[in-house]
Amino acid sequence: MIEKALKGSSLYWTWICVLLGIMGIGAFCYVQQYNYGLGYTGMSRDVSWGLYISQFTFLVGVAAGGVMVVLPYYIHDYKTFGRITILGEFLAIASVAMCLMFIMADLGQPLRALNVLLHPTLNSMLFWDMIVLNGYLALNIIVGTVVLQAEYKGTSPPAWYKPFAYLSIPWAISIHTVTAFLYCGLPGRHFWLTAILAPRFLASAFAAGPALLLFIALILKRTTKFDIGKEAQNKLVTIITYAAILNFFFLGLEFFVGYYSNLPGHMHTLDYLFWGLHGYDQLVPFMRFSLFLGAVALVVLFTPQLKKNDKTLGVGLVCLFFALWIDKGLGLVLGGFVPNPLEYVTEYTPSLGEMCITLAVWATGFLILTLLYKIAISVKLEKELP
Amino acid sequence: MDKKRRDFLKIAGLSAIAGVAAPTALNTLFKGEVIASDHGGGHGAEPQGQGHAKIEVPTGKRFGMVIDVNKFHRYEGLAEKCTNACHSIHNVPKFTDPKVELKWIWKEPYEHAFTEHSHYKKNDELHNMPFMVMCNHCDAAPCVRVCPTQATFKNKDGMVLMDFHRCIGCRFCMAACPYGSRSFNWSDPRGKDKDGKPLIAKENTKFPTRTRGVVEKCNFCAERIAVGQEPACVEACGATKAMIFGDLNDAHSEISQVLKKQYTIQRKPALGTKPSVFYII
Ligand code: SF4
Ligand code: SF4
Ligand code: SF4
Repeated sequence: MIEKALKGSSLYWTWICVLLGIMGIGAFCYVQQYNYGLGYTGMSRDVSWGLYISQFTFLVGVAAGGVMVVLPYYIHDYKTFGRITILGEFLAIASVAMCLMFIMADLGQPLRALNVLLHPTLNSMLFWDMIVLNGYLALNIIVGTVVLQAEYKGTSPPAWYKPFAYLSIPWAISIHTVTAFLYCGLPGRHFWLTAILAPRFLASAFAAGPALLLFIALILKRTTKFDIGKEAQNKLVTIITYAAILNFFFLGLEFFVGYYSNLPGHMHTLDYLFWGLHGYDQLVPFMRFSLFLGAVALVVLFTPQLKKNDKTLGVGLVCLFFALWIDKGLGLVLGGFVPNPLEYVTEYTPSLGEMCITLAVWATGFLILTLLYKIAISVKLEKELP
Repeated sequence: MDKKRRDFLKIAGLSAIAGVAAPTALNTLFKGEVIASDHGGGHGAEPQGQGHAKIEVPTGKRFGMVIDVNKFHRYEGLAEKCTNACHSIHNVPKFTDPKVELKWIWKEPYEHAFTEHSHYKKNDELHNMPFMVMCNHCDAAPCVRVCPTQATFKNKDGMVLMDFHRCIGCRFCMAACPYGSRSFNWSDPRGKDKDGKPLIAKENTKFPTRTRGVVEKCNFCAERIAVGQEPACVEACGATKAMIFGDLNDAHSEISQVLKKQYTIQRKPALGTKPSVFYII
């Protein structure tokens, strides 16, 4: 089955080479970071988590988002999602792999990472996050490969895999809930200290994950013979639309609570992100652009002509994905550190090397995704189109 | 009344009783005590319970510090003297870039040390006073709660300490500390600065230096207390008595006596961290 990844068009190989090139640059930068220490990045004592942890947080969402196709297929026996379910599971594998790489890149003492297992600490949410993330990775590898293997051999998958598939559904919810718990249980970080953080994370995950999935499916439709089908496509659009609306609704709730209560702690970070605080406004253009992209995406998702057309739909999905990426992959984590506990404002700009490492982790994720999808699609096309 | 409806009411009634009784029962079960109930008399005007947190019941030792801000104001240079004493004894490297500097104890103006207090119409003197800030050795320390390896832990004397060899450098504790008391070694603290001067001017061989990639903070001079010495900053204050260190749980200790007589405040008490550092203003 693996050999399917080794046969491909020149476009396929160019793409692989580009990814490998980015990974190479990132690996070079990581060696430098490893030798110098995390001062190699733009992080500081005030903004002590940067791009790595914010990407990690966002990607946990993408991983969890895959459940929006897995759930209807397994629980509601929604056969239309048959072709896309495997894509959802493989997207989860690639995303969790990226999450783990980002965590490793962020550790000051990466060689000691196993201390988390050697000294298990039940009261630490990071310990639980590690458990649920690795568990989710294992579940998706098991379910994804067993199902595909069976299809490859032309048999039906063994019955024992079903419990794993069912388990992966609540597990997907758990990974993003526990990730929210990393943030929302910290006294004194008012921006994160909100019970709606986990629901917000889930809503944005259920929009961003399927949006990426559908966008990839649209590309596959153009470049290969693999088509997930019109009905599945429409269903996904509906799911994405509702999740996106919920996401923006939740964001609105944060604004209401902050500004109506007039509590300084609740307003400071929102001020910083959307208007600027004491003249510091580095993230303001990004956050406003995120709202703009979100609005464009909603217009597309609500206009029948636009969402029926693959091209405009694609644009809408990209807008939505980037809107959510800015919101969670930048603003949420970086904004939470401003102002600092002594109410000083320190801004954070990632260093060039840090950005290269970040890009390289994304490239590694996309490489994993490409190889897995290549195998999956070759198998599916071979079996379905004799 | 038909049977179904009666049954329903019975069940509803039972659940209501269970609902009222359960929290108390659970509290008794888990904490061995009953809180916020039983005031005895049924006087309408009396509150049913107290809103504030339970009185902390002393168990074992709990070290704490009182910082007299007036004295720091009066004796010029005392703040710097304390910082230097602490930093040189503990091999805290001197990075000049404020983004990556390490500090265990340092001075802050009132509005940054006490962010949640009103700064409106306060006297000028207050704004000029140096407030020494350091780790509060919180009794309910968020940094201890979040650390995934127990590299940050509370010892039996109520000190929040660190194991530099176990820390993986995830910096979760820095996100969790509501006082900004923690510093991270962004690069090698044993190295040299741009001008080739060592970051640790004169190494104290009795205290470990750290490696890059780990977190550090004030340790209440646990290594000195263990051999019967005072904390270095307290020693630096000397006869001024600007800082007083001792066991908060010992009613006869000097610190307890001072706290009994003087009005003091703690930083961000609303967060429930129960800081062990008190300020006389
Ligand atoms: S002040 Fe910060 S570092 Fe010190 S014990 Fe409290 S939470 Fe931990
Ligand atoms: S940085 Fe070190 S001390 Fe802080 S939470 Fe992580 S392992 Fe614990
Ligand atoms: S108690 Fe010791 S470690 Fe803490 S600030 Fe004072 S001298 Fe430094």
